[in-house]
Amino acid sequence: MSDKKGLVPASHDSEGFEHDYSAGLAAISADKIADPGLEPHRVRMTDKSVKHEKRAARQVFYWFMASIVGSVFSIVAYFAFPISEDLGTVHNNTFFMGLGIALGMFGIGFGAVHWAKTLMPDAEVAEPRHQTRGAEDVRARAVEIVNLANSESGFSRRKLIRRSLYGALAMFPLPALVLFKDMTTDADPQETLRHTMWTAGTRLALDPTGTPIKAADLTIGSVFHVIPEGLMPEGAHKDDYLEQKAKAAVLLVRVDPTEINSQKELDWGYDGIVAYSKICTHVGCPVALYEQHTHHLLCPCHQSTFDLANDCAVIFGPATRALPQLQITVDAEGYLVAKGDFSEPVGPSFWERTAK
Amino acid sequence: MSNATNTAKKGGFLAGTANYLDERVGVAGILKEFGRKIFPDHWSFMLGEVALYSFLVLLLSGTFLTFFFQPAMTDVIYDGVYGPLKGAEMSIAYKSALDISFEVRGGLLMRELHHWAALLFVAAAGLHMMRVFFTGAFRKPREINWVVGFALFVLSMAGGFTGYSLPDDLLSGNGLRIIDGMIKGLPVVGAYVSSMLFGGEFPGHQIVARLYGLHILLIPAFILIFIVIHLFMVVIHKHTHYSGPGRRDDNVVGYPLMPVYVAKAGGFFFLVFGVLMLVAATVTINPIWLYGGYDPSPVSAGTQPDWYIGWADGALRLAPSHLEVTTGNYTWSWNILLPMIVLILLLVLVAAYPFFEAWVTGDKREHHVLDRPRNAPTRTAIGAAGMTFYAVLWAGASTDLIATHFLLSLNNVLTAMQISLIVLPIIAFFVTKRVCLSLQLKDRETVLHGRETGRIVRLPHGEYLEIHAPLDEHEMYKLVDFIDHRPDVARPNSQGKITVSARARAAWSRFFFEDRVTPVTATELAAAHHEHEALEGSETKALH
Amino acid sequence: MASLNRKSMFSRRRPFAAALVIAAGLLVTGGGYAAATTAVKAQQDPTVASQSQIDLGHKLFLANCASCHGKNAEGTKNAPTLIGVGAASVDFQVSSGRMPAQASGPQVQVKEAVFNDKEIAAMAAYVASLAPGPAIPTDAMVANNGDLTRGGQLFRTNCAMCHNAAGAGGALTQGKYAPALTETGAREMYEAMLTGPQNMPVFNDANLSPKDKKDIITYLVYLQQHPSVGGLSLDNLGPVAEGLFVWIAVLGGIIAITVWLGAKSN
Repeated sequence: MSDKKGLVPASHDSEGFEHDYSAGLAAISADKIADPGLEPHRVRMTDKSVKHEKRAARQVFYWFMASIVGSVFSIVAYFAFPISEDLGTVHNNTFFMGLGIALGMFGIGFGAVHWAKTLMPDAEVAEPRHQTRGAEDVRARAVEIVNLANSESGFSRRKLIRRSLYGALAMFPLPALVLFKDMTTDADPQETLRHTMWTAGTRLALDPTGTPIKAADLTIGSVFHVIPEGLMPEGAHKDDYLEQKAKAAVLLVRVDPTEINSQKELDWGYDGIVAYSKICTHVGCPVALYEQHTHHLLCPCHQSTFDLANDCAVIFGPATRALPQLQITVDAEGYLVAKGDFSEPVGPSFWERTAK
Repeated sequence: MSNATNTAKKGGFLAGTANYLDERVGVAGILKEFGRKIFPDHWSFMLGEVALYSFLVLLLSGTFLTFFFQPAMTDVIYDGVYGPLKGAEMSIAYKSALDISFEVRGGLLMRELHHWAALLFVAAAGLHMMRVFFTGAFRKPREINWVVGFALFVLSMAGGFTGYSLPDDLLSGNGLRIIDGMIKGLPVVGAYVSSMLFGGEFPGHQIVARLYGLHILLIPAFILIFIVIHLFMVVIHKHTHYSGPGRRDDNVVGYPLMPVYVAKAGGFFFLVFGVLMLVAATVTINPIWLYGGYDPSPVSAGTQPDWYIGWADGALRLAPSHLEVTTGNYTWSWNILLPMIVLILLLVLVAAYPFFEAWVTGDKREHHVLDRPRNAPTRTAIGAAGMTFYAVLWAGASTDLIATHFLLSLNNVLTAMQISLIVLPIIAFFVTKRVCLSLQLKDRETVLHGRETGRIVRLPHGEYLEIHAPLDEHEMYKLVDFIDHRPDVARPNSQGKITVSARARAAWSRFFFEDRVTPVTATELAAAHHEHEALEGSETKALH
Repeated sequence: MASLNRKSMFSRRRPFAAALVIAAGLLVTGGGYAAATTAVKAQQDPTVASQSQIDLGHKLFLANCASCHGKNAEGTKNAPTLIGVGAASVDFQVSSGRMPAQASGPQVQVKEAVFNDKEIAAMAAYVASLAPGPAIPTDAMVANNGDLTRGGQLFRTNCAMCHNAAGAGGALTQGKYAPALTETGAREMYEAMLTGPQNMPVFNDANLSPKDKKDIITYLVYLQQHPSVGGLSLDNLGPVAEGLFVWIAVLGGIIAITVWLGAKSN
């Protein structure tokens, strides 16, 4: 039972806790090599020679003086390197103040540690360590207190009030659930996630300028970053500009129609011009890296890759679903317009996504 | 100092103050109790302090930042000094972060200091955890403190991420969008939790202020509470020490708190602070002005989280394609859920390891002498496998940068990482275990036959021998003082039944301790000495 | 309101700031609409190339390019046709050293240019003579005197997803990549947008008007000319580089200090 290192349990008390200190699978060997005790102390130069001691003291002094210089320097730098319209001044201010403060810190740090290492006693000493568990009389007294508290309050005895207390404690956090309800709005997220700003006839416009786009504007191999016309930071959507943009952002690409392998994709596009949601179906990063010749769209966040020549199906990476396509056509003036909203929710999946 | 009340009578300001304090808060008792407390000295014992000091730097620099930062998402037009954003629409949060950088003297320094300190805080905490793990410092009585430390590590990641998201720039906004996408993927509650967090639709106008509350109040408060508990338990247990002569489970060997440790640890605070300040003054971190304000349409190549969230981002990247399943009206986003489960599982395993190992060894004694990692080969190998798993996830978050910097195909890098995630930890386990066992064997050799000197002598009969120098007893004791565990068989309990748990425990004990190297015993050492003496005494006797 | 109070605490208020902002805003929107109304015009090289220049270009073409691009620049299975790609494309590819290509691979690499300016101009003139195509931009078109803020906005929307917000470059699929723009010349940037080299999409004048392109160039040149305010930039690679730095340099440095701190003094 006794520890090889000699930490013997307080006693084999009557309550039968002695197994708490079993060595388990550890083998206790009687044939262990004896502990020779602490190494003899090695005397330092600073202990032996006054010259070295004085030099060490001087070095500590220099460090502390350097610290003072550093601190003063940083205050001087604060005034000597004011910042102006020129960004170079910001750099100088940051650099010189930082260096000054760093020197102030290093001076104290190196000085104090050098002091400890060279001038303070460096002989290691041992201190006894006591078992964490309390002595037997302490433990007995603790048990006594708990029992006393129990009998005085009748906590075990009075079942009715004890159980009602449990009930009360279980219920009291519940108001917090309703309390936090107003963190959200009344809008049902399921509904808002299903709709974007696109409606039949909404013109496709350039992001961020809002310029509407004509079909003739797109040459083969070009990619336009598109928002619905009218979505500007100022205006009708002043209050939900980013929220709308986060759902409605579209990538518009013109591909040689013969290179598109999907009839549906051709039908939903216009003369090889196709529009896809830019929001990744994985976790929602903008999928905006378009490769002109491979027709691959890559998401820079988690590398999901979509094949634009094939309904934007996933060909690599963690996404599962193809990017939703926006049905487009041209209006009387030749501008590209949406035929309606996306036919499915854009962006990351959510639990009720396919529910109607 | 302990006789403060006596010296007080002799006068003097210091003595007077000491007397004043003692009569009001009993400072003499505190000093008597703690003033000469012994702290063991080893470089690896300072890693936790690095984390602690980084946290202090975070509190100081963070407070400065709160004086200027405004966590509001209302639109404003930028009219500050940074040319490329003049006239741009942005949120107040982003604008105030820019103003801190460019229009407050020392503001950029404090922002960079805060961010570097945050990265260092989590890194130092992680390294400290590794030290504790590989030296077995988590064993009884410190299992609970391991869990507290684990909670601190998780909190530090939470603190970091909430801070990363505050400037409302393009990088952090896309980070939040990923979080939003992950939340939406949760079964049943996803869309509602997202709506709750963002106050309606993403990105909304609430999230920065909400994260700010968490970042500057709730999370630091919890970190502080857990640090207090963590350190309180260190005081109760006293610090562990490495095995060596005179170091036992019932003592603690080192330097007294006053003056040596105060000077060293106090000085070290300034050194950590100094390093962080030097780095803040000279190296850019998170140049938010380059990213622009958040807009859901653009994204930057190389969009990555801070390093401590990298393993989570990597897990998302490494998930295989086409995991999402739709059953009727409902969608199971396994491409999000699987990585989350892997991450949570890894965390649970880390938190639970001390209890698991205690169950396997059945060792109920208090342990205050640390294991050298080689002397616990299976634990060390498990740790190495876990670290490798984490490292692959972590590297997974930088697949794009690995591809561009080593001129590789992004797709190949990702596929290689997926395979590595399974294969490398297994390899790491076996290699580490064998290396540990080999090192133990080498220790045995050294103890029995002394250190190789490189001096070759030729015996009269022509045989060549290398002279081995014997170890002194202090050096030797370090190599023989470790715990030798032996595997166990499943034993019947008091009812005579062999339970499933007993069988499992026996199997695990074989897994842990079947391959083992025992410490050199006194008898073996005496036999080896005898052999050496015989060899030296008789020139004719050959060594075979 | 709070923002106004706060702002006055640390920004020098400029009375004309508001006016400037409004003016800038008008310029931005005005410019945008102006650009929108211009449809894509066929880009004809306005600079007249002399016949002798075209002949020299033809000769260089036959010697250096025809083996892949075909005798009449009609293209082969190894390389695309050059008919209609215009002078801008030739100037971009050859002056950046990408062409003539050295080896096949996922992407043609930048290297030391093989030809001098006169030879490049001659080849450009020859290719331009085959069919109308985008012309080499003039110095005025690529001068860095555009609208800096707008350039940044356009860059982030149209370019940053591949080239990184700081122009540090980024990965594409299957070993391809978008190069860093930290050393790229202004003319090269313009030509790249105009012609869409390799897998880069084309940004025609309807998508990014010449003014838009100039604004983007202005922004990129600004980034090239202004070193990072915060100190070393770590190549602007973002959190990955920062994380490596903190583990290797910062934590490494601190561990060196702890070793010194724990070592016994002599």
